Amino acid sequence: MSRTIDAVVSPTQTNTIPADISGQMLDLDEDDDLEVFSKDLTLADGNMFNASMPTSPGSMVNQCKFEEDEESDSKDIFITVDNPESHVTAIETFITYRVLTKTTRSEFDNSEYEVRRRYQDFLWLKGKLEDAHSTLIVHPLPEKFVVKGMVERFNGDFIETRRKALHKFLNRVADHPILSCSEDFKVFLSAQAWELTTYKKQGPGFLSRMGETVRAVANSVRGVKNRPEEFTAIQEYVEDFSNKIGSLDKVTQRIVKEQKEYLEELKEYGPTYTLWSGSEEELAEQLKGVAGCIERCCKETEEQVGHLSDTLVPVLHEYVLCAETLKAVLRRRDNIQAEFEAKNEALATKKVDRDAESSDLGFVWGSLLGKNPEEARHQRQERLDGEIEELKEEIDKLEDRVEWANNALKGDWGRWQRSMRGDLKSAFLSTAEKNVDYYEKVRYKIL
Amino acid sequence: MMADSGPEEIAVIGNTDLTSAELENNIKNTMVEIEKWTSLLRKMEISVGEAEKRTGKNTVNMQEIYTVYLIETRPVDAVTEGIIPAPDSLWRRYSEFELLRNYLLVTYPFVVVAPLPEKRAEIVWHKLSADNMDPDFVERRRVGLENFLLRLASHPVLCNDKIFYIFLTEEKGWKEMVYETGFQAKADSRLKAMNAAFRVKNPDKRFTELKHYSDELQTVVSQLLRVRARVADRLYGVYKVHGNYGRVFSEWSAIEKEMGDGLQSAGHHMDAYAASVDDILEEEEHYADQLKEYLFYTEALRAVCRKHELTQFELEMAAQDLASKKQQKEELVTGTVRTFSLKGMTSKLFGQETAEQREAKLQVLEQQIEEGEEAVKEKNTESDEFVKTAWLDIEHFKDQKDRDLKEALISYAIMQISRCKKGIQMWTNAKECFNKM
Repeated sequence: MSRTIDAVVSPTQTNTIPADISGQMLDLDEDDDLEVFSKDLTLADGNMFNASMPTSPGSMVNQCKFEEDEESDSKDIFITVDNPESHVTAIETFITYRVLTKTTRSEFDNSEYEVRRRYQDFLWLKGKLEDAHSTLIVHPLPEKFVVKGMVERFNGDFIETRRKALHKFLNRVADHPILSCSEDFKVFLSAQAWELTTYKKQGPGFLSRMGETVRAVANSVRGVKNRPEEFTAIQEYVEDFSNKIGSLDKVTQRIVKEQKEYLEELKEYGPTYTLWSGSEEELAEQLKGVAGCIERCCKETEEQVGHLSDTLVPVLHEYVLCAETLKAVLRRRDNIQAEFEAKNEALATKKVDRDAESSDLGFVWGSLLGKNPEEARHQRQERLDGEIEELKEEIDKLEDRVEWANNALKGDWGRWQRSMRGDLKSAFLSTAEKNVDYYEKVRYKIL
Repeated sequence: MMADSGPEEIAVIGNTDLTSAELENNIKNTMVEIEKWTSLLRKMEISVGEAEKRTGKNTVNMQEIYTVYLIETRPVDAVTEGIIPAPDSLWRRYSEFELLRNYLLVTYPFVVVAPLPEKRAEIVWHKLSADNMDPDFVERRRVGLENFLLRLASHPVLCNDKIFYIFLTEEKGWKEMVYETGFQAKADSRLKAMNAAFRVKNPDKRFTELKHYSDELQTVVSQLLRVRARVADRLYGVYKVHGNYGRVFSEWSAIEKEMGDGLQSAGHHMDAYAASVDDILEEEEHYADQLKEYLFYTEALRAVCRKHELTQFELEMAAQDLASKKQQKEELVTGTVRTFSLKGMTSKLFGQETAEQREAKLQVLEQQIEEGEEAVKEKNTESDEFVKTAWLDIEHFKDQKDRDLKEALISYAIMQISRCKKGIQMWTNAKECFNKM
């Protein structure tokens, strides 16, 4: 069977790792001079270390730090997202956010940048990052549309929630040892609006993306045959995790709802005591006291609900989205392996073909066309040999790709788990603390 | 308990209601210390200890299931001598309590008679059963009936009533005895009078104010109770949803390595938190019952005010009647007709009456006037008596009310503090578990 050999290099377009730099996981932009970057880093189970030192201040040596604990004093980039503003044009209304970056990283020309970005730009960035690193775990963006139950309408709360999520997204990217070196990321942070538009337009066009998608779908339909055990384990975990975190999200939202309804009734309760105190003499003071207590209790309850909505709900929701991201990452990894397996099968078939004594049909045709059967066979063998060689090369590249993808995922997986643990632990901890605080305040108010 | 603070007394009222035919509810005797100052309580302990279900035929000869309550009494002396003999006991059902109360209302109209606990559960928050056979409701009713008896026994006037005494001590024949007093007729006329519309010219201001107060109190407390029930409902929801955390944490912990332990134990605490609300709200129901008692008291207050109005009205009627008779006499004597009368008209038309006729009429009138004056004097005394005794009881009631409600509010505050403490404990525990994650 004959197959067209595609440009194996690109499951994605501009920001793939060129196939000859195997074993290294760097995001190299085509725009940059490859020679300038001398990265000598290896990924091993999430432990990444900085192996190259800057040789001269003028060189554009990327100094991505791959330290495990990202303490603030070792952070060299600080990003904030704030100041939402509404823009009205003839066609649409949209919100932009200010993205402020302060950095000491040498790949940035300045140490400070202030740009305005809209949601679409964030989507673009995420897409580029995922394309370049299909098996790295990119933190989710807030949803495009309003999720039912979370926000009622496109109002201040919604914008604030989104702003916080966008802020978190950029900071997570900045914290990620590999993703933060992305050129797209750099451009996102530093380019002016029109610069960004121009930059976005570069890269493969719509049609070649389509081709990619089609191939990806074809691969996923084929399915992967020999998935390594560890990835199956991860997939099972992700399924379960997705369920659990989804449940927690729902439970928490339900609690918020019930608390709000409780608050509503409580607000009506206090005044009944005040009303009563108007008819009493001896009891008046005490009744007013109770009314006052209940009122203060209302304030505390309101605060507590607010805290829950601000702290726990968004985090849980984020991890619901994370779970979906993880599923996609696993799928993509599977696809890469599937493609590799497919090519292997093709190779095997070709070898069989070649080693076959003769191809009856080819021989017949050849003789019909007046070809020398010996020669025909020889030609055929040569051709097949060539194809086999090409296939082998492709397969080598694919094999590297698989290995690289697997390693990327493995490394990032450990990292993600740690993040998840940290995030959720701190969110629940904060909630518990707030609840303790709430009850303590109410108790003292009663006394 | 909410009985009067009088002399030290152990009042134990045995009143038992079985919630289901199969189960036997053994409810502890509630011992309550009440100060001794009434003669009855000085003599005996009263308690409502258990409840049972009985079946029988009702008035329309249909099978019914009803609850009976065990009333136990014991002379006080026996206990203080160190020997505790078995109490005397008998069974009464709710309708008999009602009969007792109606009898007392009619017989002592100047007394603010303590109300009975609810016949049916009203103003409940929806998780609490409104079923009369529900064990918690039956228990609360038992407590209410005991409280009722204690209030009667500590009332200076009511405690001496014979019918009340026999209610506590003789099971058979009590009902017949009540009817033999002829109170039913009085009850009917009282009912009629209560519902009649009449205008009083000079009511005692204090009673008018009291009537307004009792109307206000009723409105305000009903509203309070309704809102409180809604608040309880919502609070229940909040706590119970946290139980879901328990379940999910537990499931989640199964797939985690480092976080597993922390999650698992946090889950337990969430379950405990969710479960804690049942006791909390049961306790609060007790507070609601205390308020309800005073809500029902307003009816008794209004009854006394009404009785005053009636008495006053009768006095005014008698006085008016006397005045008109005197007037008539004067007219007859002086021969002037100042007021229009049929007699006057007919005499104008058909001629004057004879001297004998006039003399006869005069004599009748004088007789009537004499009787009328007697009547007015009587009514006056009656009215004064009533006002005096009623107002004494009302002052007594007011003090009791202030004391009881103050105590109720304090215990409510304590309940809330206790709830907060529980909350603090549970969330602190949960926090520690989360720390271990």
